[in-house]
Amino acid sequence: MIRKSWWKVLSVVLLIYTFTAGFLIKVPHVGNLYGSIRNFFFHVPMWFGMMVLFMVSVIYAIKHLRKPNINSDIYSREYAKTGIVYGVLGLVTGSVWASFTWGEAWSNDPKQLLAAIALLIYVAYFILRNSIPDIDKRARIGAVYNIFACAMLFPTLWIIPRMVESLHPGGQGVEGNPGMGGKDLDPAMRIVFWPAVIGWTLLGVWMTTLRIRLELLKEKQPING
Amino acid sequence: MVNPKKILLLVPAFLLSLYAMAQNDSTEDVGFMRSEGKIYVVMVVVITILAGFLLYLSRLDRKISSFEKGEQS
Repeated sequence: MIRKSWWKVLSVVLLIYTFTAGFLIKVPHVGNLYGSIRNFFFHVPMWFGMMVLFMVSVIYAIKHLRKPNINSDIYSREYAKTGIVYGVLGLVTGSVWASFTWGEAWSNDPKQLLAAIALLIYVAYFILRNSIPDIDKRARIGAVYNIFACAMLFPTLWIIPRMVESLHPGGQGVEGNPGMGGKDLDPAMRIVFWPAVIGWTLLGVWMTTLRIRLELLKEKQPING
Repeated sequence: MVNPKKILLLVPAFLLSLYAMAQNDSTEDVGFMRSEGKIYVVMVVVITILAGFLLYLSRLDRKISSFEKGEQS
């Protein structure tokens, strides 16, 4: 059992580390962030986790298109669902953080707007799916749309926010790298940030596998329970 | 039988009393959320994430319950 679920243990260990070291390490002084810079260990990993979950989702969508199989459709759908949960949490935590640093919860910052658009594109994925009664058609059209939604993630989250002025780090005229933190991320913060990203992401995978297991059980059920 | 949802009402009740106590602090210049180096902003963010995951978990719980019921009949 432990051999199969080592990554769940890893997730718990990394998250415990995040919650202790994240509050204890000495953080650099940046602008008017003060202690709220520690949100970096909670708000940003939500987005990284969302990216990973959506990536896994699109991989299963492609798998489904290559070789139609109800299981890969279930995987694709459930990973996208957890991805949306992470994205919504990223938006909400972001606006809480913004209220006390940028002055208002929603300041129409390009990255805020585009992240919301990216999420809406994924919400549309489920609306599209649920509007198609035929299971096979639903899975196939859903998989095609999933690839489109994934392709939209990159311009909305990574490319356009760098090209315009933004309150987020990394926009025009603002210091820093919006993606990785890169050389601008303080070394002390980096040793908490990356474990935090891995821990939160593995937690998302864990939650998703629980839902997948339930869906697979339902699938095995004669005449759908 | 107490409705479990009613127990959730305790949360805002506790938080309100905390908020009332916090008003007594001498932090009127910055406000509670901006006091102590804005660390309470991190607290709210962490609670938000916890609440989100708990909501997700309880939905999964309900899904499994209805599946179990369907299995028996």
